[in-house]
Amino acid sequence: MGFISTARVKSPWIMHFETGSCNGCAIEVFAALTPVYDLERFGILNTGNPKHADIMLVTGCVSFRAGRVLRNLYHQMPGPKAVVAIGVCALTGGIFHDCYNLAPGVDKVIPVDVYVPGCAARPEAIIAGTVMALDRLAGKAGPPNIAPGEPRRGLEEGRVVEIAPGNSDK
Amino acid sequence: MIGRTIATYGISPLWVTLATVVAAPAIGGLLTGIDRKLTARLQNRVGPPIWQPFHDLVKLWSKERITVNQVQLLYVYAHLFLMIASLVGLMLGQDLLMIFFIFAFSSVSLILGGFSVRSPYSRIGSQREIMQLMAYEPVLVLMAIGIYLATGSFFVHEIITSGNPLLYSLPLVFAAYAVILVVKLRKSPFDLSTAVHHVHQEVVKGLLTEYSGPYLGLIELANWYELVFLLALGGLFWATSLWGALLAAAVLFLFQVVVDTVSARVTWAWMLKFVWTVGLGLAAINIVWLYM
Repeated sequence: MGFISTARVKSPWIMHFETGSCNGCAIEVFAALTPVYDLERFGILNTGNPKHADIMLVTGCVSFRAGRVLRNLYHQMPGPKAVVAIGVCALTGGIFHDCYNLAPGVDKVIPVDVYVPGCAARPEAIIAGTVMALDRLAGKAGPPNIAPGEPRRGLEEGRVVEIAPGNSDK
Repeated sequence: MIGRTIATYGISPLWVTLATVVAAPAIGGLLTGIDRKLTARLQNRVGPPIWQPFHDLVKLWSKERITVNQVQLLYVYAHLFLMIASLVGLMLGQDLLMIFFIFAFSSVSLILGGFSVRSPYSRIGSQREIMQLMAYEPVLVLMAIGIYLATGSFFVHEIITSGNPLLYSLPLVFAAYAVILVVKLRKSPFDLSTAVHHVHQEVVKGLLTEYSGPYLGLIELANWYELVFLLALGGLFWATSLWGALLAAAVLFLFQVVVDTVSARVTWAWMLKFVWTVGLGLAAINIVWLYM
């Protein structure tokens, strides 16, 4: 691994975005950040600011309204960047997947590198998923997953399109 | 100490400047790493390795360049180069008032950069940084006055060669300096404008919200120069011997680490009241005592 890749792998700053669900996975993300697990020993800092972050942790089912915020935050992160979707709601929509107001999964809105299943996902699983996402920062990972879907619900030809009709954050 | 070396052995100022510019980031980065490690140990954590800040810096410099506007970049470079200038001025034994002036302008550059964007987080952080500037600048000025009363000179190389350590005549000013060091390094309980290096957050990232990637790295580098500058300024209080100066700097360093760990954040009004009463009060009492 090169000099720069090493630095990137040793210093992943994370940002957590909760798209608005039961908060169970969000609590587990914060549990992973406590002194019990002490993520700072791997150089991981919770920045809370997309402009400083390298890895974005997304929890919760993505409503169209939260999806616009999510996409905005993703585009504010300077590259190279990685996205970890945490919990079944973020993976597929979970028990809410047929709701009229949801994009079924984070990968319908932004490219996702690692999926961490669970309801709620354990802190150990979240840490393992974050470590897997380091491959993206080291430049070793393949293309991120972008799920094809109905245009209204997500992406069209790999490009982010309008999530909800008639609304724009441009 | 280096000022005396120049006076005694006639080392070229160019070499001192070069040595300062090269060595200060290495020392500052390592001290920042030690700071993070000590903080972690005090919180019963393992903590990052002490060379972690260098990983952070390389990573930040390798990231994509995203800027909000061009003006902000000017202020980032101004912040860094004025910070280097104030440290080099101190190491060359120049005028203390001039050094404080350049140092203040370096801090103001970062604030102006924070104000040059429309983000409310950045602006609130900048306003709080102004509050911090207001809190510690009067104490710095009183410190310069106290040093002048004790030694009869504002020039660092004359202060160093003036005989007795300043600590004998200015113990209360040293205590006041320890207080404003915490404010200046943005450590708890005075990490209002932004909270660096730890998991703390304040209005997203306060002052630093809109700086990203390589430019955040430059600010990080300036922070290392700043840490070395502030500790060297603390070492000035016992500059008659090199070990004394290092001891004074080490005491200040450990003091701010412990205070950062044991305290929670206060509001800006509390900070102003505390620094203006305790900090200014200690410095003023010391100066009155010197004058009498």
